[in-house]
Amino acid sequence: MTGAGRLSLLLARRIAMLVVTLVAASIALFLVLDILPGDPALVMLGTEARPDTLAALRREMGLDQPALVRYVTWIGGVAVGDFGISYTWRVPVASLIAERLAVTVPLAVMAIVLSTLIAVPVGVIAAAAHGRTLDWMIVSFAQVGVAVPNFWIGILLVLGFSIGLGWFPAGGFPGWQAGVGAGLSALILPSVALALPQAAILARVTRSAVLEVVGEDYIRTARAKGLTARQALWRHGLRNALIPVVTILGLQVPVLIAGAILIENVFALPGLGRLIFQALGQRDLIVLKDVALLLAGLVIIVNGLVDIAYTLIDPRLKDRLA
Amino acid sequence: MKRVLAAVVVAGLAAVAWPSAVGAQARDQLVLGMQLEPPHLDPTAGAAGAIREVTYANLFEGLTRLDRRGQVQPQLAERWTISPDGLSYRFSLRAGVRFHDGTPFDSASVKFTLERAMAPDSTNAQKQLFEPIASIETPDPLTVVITLKRPTASFLYNLAWGDAVMMAPGSVATNRERPIGTGPFRFDSRTPGDRVVLVKNPDHRDAATIALNRVVFRFISDPQAQVAALRAGDVDAFPNLGPAEAVDGFRRDARFTVAIGNTEGETILALNNSKAPFTDVRVRRAIAHAIDKGAVIDGAMSGTAKPIGSHFSPNHPAYVDLTSRYPYNPAEARRLLAEAGVRDLRVTLRLPPPAYARRSGEIIAAMLADVGITATIEAVEFPRWLETVFRNADFDMTIIAHTEPMDINIYGRPTYYFRYQNHARLQAIMDEVERTGDEAARNRLYGDAQRLLSEDAVNVFLFQLPKIGVWNARLEGLWENSPLQANDVTGVRWRN
Amino acid sequence: MSRAALWIGGGLSAGVVAMALVASVWTPYPPTRMNMRARFQPPGGEWWLGTDHFGRDIASMILAGASTSLMVALAAVAVGMLIGVSLGCLAAVRRGWLDDLVMRCNDVVFAFPAVLSALVLAAVIGAGAHTAILAIGVFNIPVFARVARGAALQVWAREFVTAARAAGRGPLAITLVHIVPNIAGVLVVQGTIQLALAMLAEAGLSFLGVGIQPPTPSWGRMLADAQTYLERAPHLALVPGLVIALAVLGLNLLGDGLRDMLDPKLRRAR
Repeated sequence: MTGAGRLSLLLARRIAMLVVTLVAASIALFLVLDILPGDPALVMLGTEARPDTLAALRREMGLDQPALVRYVTWIGGVAVGDFGISYTWRVPVASLIAERLAVTVPLAVMAIVLSTLIAVPVGVIAAAAHGRTLDWMIVSFAQVGVAVPNFWIGILLVLGFSIGLGWFPAGGFPGWQAGVGAGLSALILPSVALALPQAAILARVTRSAVLEVVGEDYIRTARAKGLTARQALWRHGLRNALIPVVTILGLQVPVLIAGAILIENVFALPGLGRLIFQALGQRDLIVLKDVALLLAGLVIIVNGLVDIAYTLIDPRLKDRLA
Repeated sequence: MKRVLAAVVVAGLAAVAWPSAVGAQARDQLVLGMQLEPPHLDPTAGAAGAIREVTYANLFEGLTRLDRRGQVQPQLAERWTISPDGLSYRFSLRAGVRFHDGTPFDSASVKFTLERAMAPDSTNAQKQLFEPIASIETPDPLTVVITLKRPTASFLYNLAWGDAVMMAPGSVATNRERPIGTGPFRFDSRTPGDRVVLVKNPDHRDAATIALNRVVFRFISDPQAQVAALRAGDVDAFPNLGPAEAVDGFRRDARFTVAIGNTEGETILALNNSKAPFTDVRVRRAIAHAIDKGAVIDGAMSGTAKPIGSHFSPNHPAYVDLTSRYPYNPAEARRLLAEAGVRDLRVTLRLPPPAYARRSGEIIAAMLADVGITATIEAVEFPRWLETVFRNADFDMTIIAHTEPMDINIYGRPTYYFRYQNHARLQAIMDEVERTGDEAARNRLYGDAQRLLSEDAVNVFLFQLPKIGVWNARLEGLWENSPLQANDVTGVRWRN
Repeated sequence: MSRAALWIGGGLSAGVVAMALVASVWTPYPPTRMNMRARFQPPGGEWWLGTDHFGRDIASMILAGASTSLMVALAAVAVGMLIGVSLGCLAAVRRGWLDDLVMRCNDVVFAFPAVLSALVLAAVIGAGAHTAILAIGVFNIPVFARVARGAALQVWAREFVTAARAAGRGPLAITLVHIVPNIAGVLVVQGTIQLALAMLAEAGLSFLGVGIQPPTPSWGRMLADAQTYLERAPHLALVPGLVIALAVLGLNLLGDGLRDMLDPKLRRAR
């Protein structure tokens, strides 16, 4: 078989694996939520509801169907982009998710941008100062940064910047219709709280990635061509060191979204994380299923893409195949 | 990337400089804060109190309504006559009333609304309100005659609930998203997770006396953010503020009016009366003596709540003060427990999510420990509480506020979750109440019921859930108490 | 650098253990005793670190919280290690479909955000220490499985294992006698780091209300309480967060230090 043929076979296998994992995740999710105690109809109708009223509502929501039918209806809908209607909110789940993403996505993006802007220069500086006091200090700070819980950072930021200085709102989100400025200002503290521990991790990765490339041949060649150590590092080292950094960054996207669940609750932001909380508290199982599958799907797909990208890029792997 | 950050920083700083612009509203607009967001806006299709807190008296109207003192007043029914046997109610409807979409309101709308609520496939959360109805006749467009199965003294009161508001056949299907009522305010828009906006209905009969043109209901669940929004002027009024501990700060601030009133929420430490040793009245009394209500109110509610001694709201004229029946006395509690032969009692205390329950629970567990009762706290989410405690009565103790108005009759139900053993006697009193037309006589009967529950120490009656209202000092007309879940803004105006 | 890490990390970790031990015999006040007349006392004076919204002594709660946090973290890591190492060793013996199955299960479990899984778990079995231990423990299984498998495969390739096999010893005996002792060091290092993560996770779960239940003192729940009284008593938010951070930092440093000591080759790369 040719190298290209084997490569496409490998890719096909990876993609098939991806689909199998996604389906398995959806089944696991459905089963777990199915045994969850708590009757959505009872939650919606409250303590005075009579049994016939509850039964009528369950029929209306399709909860009287057998599990297999409900699973197929749900997953079939999701496959064609129909996420169903929320039990409690009575609006299409897709629009509910879209509204909440309008908070969570900017939050995650701001956190990623912020952590990259902090971590990459700091990591490179530490590598350049390898073994000296500056390096030691940066590494120590990074250690502390990894150890600090992000919700505590959130609380401290509120204490300092909203209660103390009154610069930013302590929580809540005015909505984008209140103006981009007001919206962003509500997201600044949460994104900082989210970004700092991420920055610490990223700085460590950057530092070791740079240190690793410094030992490689082309840096030595560059230096032989008359570049100073620092020039060689910035011109050649950085670009190569960025590959692992970008990978980590990609893998951190779902982590950030998960971290947003906690932070959105600290800051009372109406994002995806808050939606999960509300949906669980109200047994809005359809919302819960959709959001959880969305998040899990994101992780599975990102991981799969990283895998596939490695298969395509990794020269050693190609050589072996050829 | 740097440019993006610069843009973010600049935008952020700009936002910091602006917030006062948001606060300076035209004075015919009210921004009213609420803790919980309504899942949708149809009060006849869901139990969530937040639905009523937006729509009651503002957007939807019923045949009758409750005023700020909890008294029944005419609303869409202008007047009514009751037959001497108390079985037939003849309502004369207001003429010329139209729904917000132009549909005329008449006796057919009343018949439709009530029959929909009573129908087999009805999803009305308070279906029992309509249970006494035998038939509904509409002799002419402005007259409705309702015949009851048995005399029901509370019928007009029941019709005033948010679950009995009038709707048109053409809009019931969409009332959850775009509610169409007959009220003085129309639905304008909704931003899920954030706000619902109502605007004045110029065609309403009272339009001339309504001062507000626009009402924005904003939903802020985080206690810290509620306080901040009031301080910043982003919200003009929080009729039911979450954090009781913030009250002192607002009292010291002349920009705000603080009004602490009562809700209809009797907060109780419910005991499973069908489970030993709570079957023994001495044990229940011992627990009542073991709890220092003052300390619970201080610790859990920052001193804002009123203690109660039975399952009845101090708002009501029939209220009897029974708070001194079981004074805090750990020694007496231990003595009663010993007398009942109970030693080393271990129970679980199951707590639903609201802060009042979780905080009271922690304090009460500590107090019970003082008299030798080990109460293990189990925090549960609301769906689980409903399923285990409320539906299956699978619990020892729990803490919950019963927020339905005038709900002492729950003690007459044999299968109600706390399983009151003497339910038949209480039910007899309640039946007597429904048969009694005279208000003074009814109030005496309610007094008997309260004393019965107190003597039997069914549950430990802790405190009336307060309504902590904080609003701009220039606002007037907001309700101080809440005889039912509502934010009636029809009488609200800005003072100059 | 690595020596310093070892000492600082060891010192901080020993400090947390000492706090837990001290709390089991003595605290300034009983950590659960309430006093409604002494709510929100500032630090200093009669109460070193002040009192909370129920008038409980913060210092006593912090001390007692150390043992709570440590116990939950230890139990969770023990659960993860026991199951994970067994699976890892098994996978090292029987490669192929078992290996694949374990890895696919990993993919599915890890696809869901850990916080979400813990919340759902709490909804199914109820909130409490057992939920926290189970939720954190489950997420530790694949970590230990992977580490143990990798390390075990290396040991299996060594000569003395080959010799043992030649002598007719079965896979279980070899695993117990040769493999486990030889991968113990790696596992201890990983265990220390997982302990740090577990403490962080416990704090997060208790902060969300699905972890440790009152009256048992917990640092995470203290932070959750503090958040609601931020304006009234800001001091409540400082100490619990600080001790969480120091405890996690200590264990992380200890783990790093131990790894460097164990594997001097790594020291150069780091």
